Amino acid sequence: MLKHRVIPCLLLRQGGLVKTKRFRDPVYVGDPINAIRIFNEKEVDELMVLDIEASREGKEPDYELIGQFAGECMMPLCYGGGVRSLEQARRLFALGVEKVCIQSAALTDMRVVREIADVFGSQSVLFSLDVRSGLFGRRFAYNASKRTDDPRQWHELLHAAVSSGAGEIMLNAVDRDGMMKGMDLALIREAAKQLSVPLIAVGGVGSLADIRQAVDAGASAVSAGAFFVFYGPHRAVLITYPRYQDLEALLQEVQR
Amino acid sequence: MNIGIPSIACGNFASVVNTVARAGGQATLLARPEQVRECSKIIIPGVGAFDHGMRSLHEGGWTQPLHEFATQLKRPVLGICLGMQLMCLSSEEGVLPGLGWIDAHVRRFKFPEGSSLKIPHMGWNTVVIHRDNPLIASTEGEQRFYFVHSYHAVCAQSEDVIATARHGIDVTAAFQRNNVMGAQFHPEKSHRFGLSLIRKFVELPC
Repeated sequence: MLKHRVIPCLLLRQGGLVKTKRFRDPVYVGDPINAIRIFNEKEVDELMVLDIEASREGKEPDYELIGQFAGECMMPLCYGGGVRSLEQARRLFALGVEKVCIQSAALTDMRVVREIADVFGSQSVLFSLDVRSGLFGRRFAYNASKRTDDPRQWHELLHAAVSSGAGEIMLNAVDRDGMMKGMDLALIREAAKQLSVPLIAVGGVGSLADIRQAVDAGASAVSAGAFFVFYGPHRAVLITYPRYQDLEALLQEVQR
Repeated sequence: MNIGIPSIACGNFASVVNTVARAGGQATLLARPEQVRECSKIIIPGVGAFDHGMRSLHEGGWTQPLHEFATQLKRPVLGICLGMQLMCLSSEEGVLPGLGWIDAHVRRFKFPEGSSLKIPHMGWNTVVIHRDNPLIASTEGEQRFYFVHSYHAVCAQSEDVIATARHGIDVTAAFQRNNVMGAQFHPEKSHRFGLSLIRKFVELPC
């Protein structure tokens, strides 16, 4: 039976790793190659690397660096940040990246998702959406590269991405980012109910119990940043990942 | 000579080349089809759609040298993911015939409406080993591999199946007939489990 994936999410900024809180205040947490080697040893399910500046500043992906990541990774690698065309995706796949994560370009025009899915298959393209909570439980799709809300409904965007061929959805709760205080389970539940493709939930993991709850809420995979790079109340940098046996025990007998 | 990888337009080669190196072998990207016969083994990786993969083989002039390699020289060939599917007779994903080295047809996953099973079958799954084989040791306890696929090979000869994984149905995870082998999962992305498979392939006599 398929296992629920637990995916470290590394944020890249000017070649170094950072971690944010609610998408702000990036703090340097170390060298990416070193982090990948540690995650190799810990046999992580998958790795997500997102360049948080590329789209905002209109930069190309840093192909040389990403090629080094892909060569180092003994697990699947998903890259996001600044990907806006089929040609860029082709170049990333040739470097050994398994999946590309698209947000900004898809919010502008979903056709890029379709183009990549048609050539490389749906499994190779992931649509990521950031959702921000407002007053009275309202939720807004958030365009992180523009730092503004998108006028469309968040679930309509998910449907548009899936019908354009996105093979996975990564859903990030902006208000939970880096807080390590639990995930937005209502959001996960609502999204999972509507999706026919795997849902990667991210934002807020502070404990193994949070991961289990997200899976119970319907997530196919759970991604986290701070939880895997910080240790203790003072957020000392320490790269960790649960042992396989512990994840097995945590995620067994999930009720669907 | 070493392990050759045809540079068809639908592959991610870097991780395969790196994994072969980690396993103690050496893999080279082949620029020209004439190089195929100089290799001791061939790996056909590949991601993407079936017809796109077959067309890349045909247009690059790879089909004939690969046929000769697999069926006349009978040297070891390993197909990975789409590469494995291309070794079959046909696929529901496309209209072009496959290489036809294994008596199998590639089918799409079909689940009833409302099923919680997702397509693609994506993630880590354990496999059941069906017989002794050159690729996966049957004695090493639970082995898990990374899968990403929406189509799967259905073998007409059940003895060709060496391992299956469960995703609603039993899916062919790996097959082998003589020198022709295929893995539906990605050994190059499956930690020590995949490394062990690649090492066994590297160390196969030829």
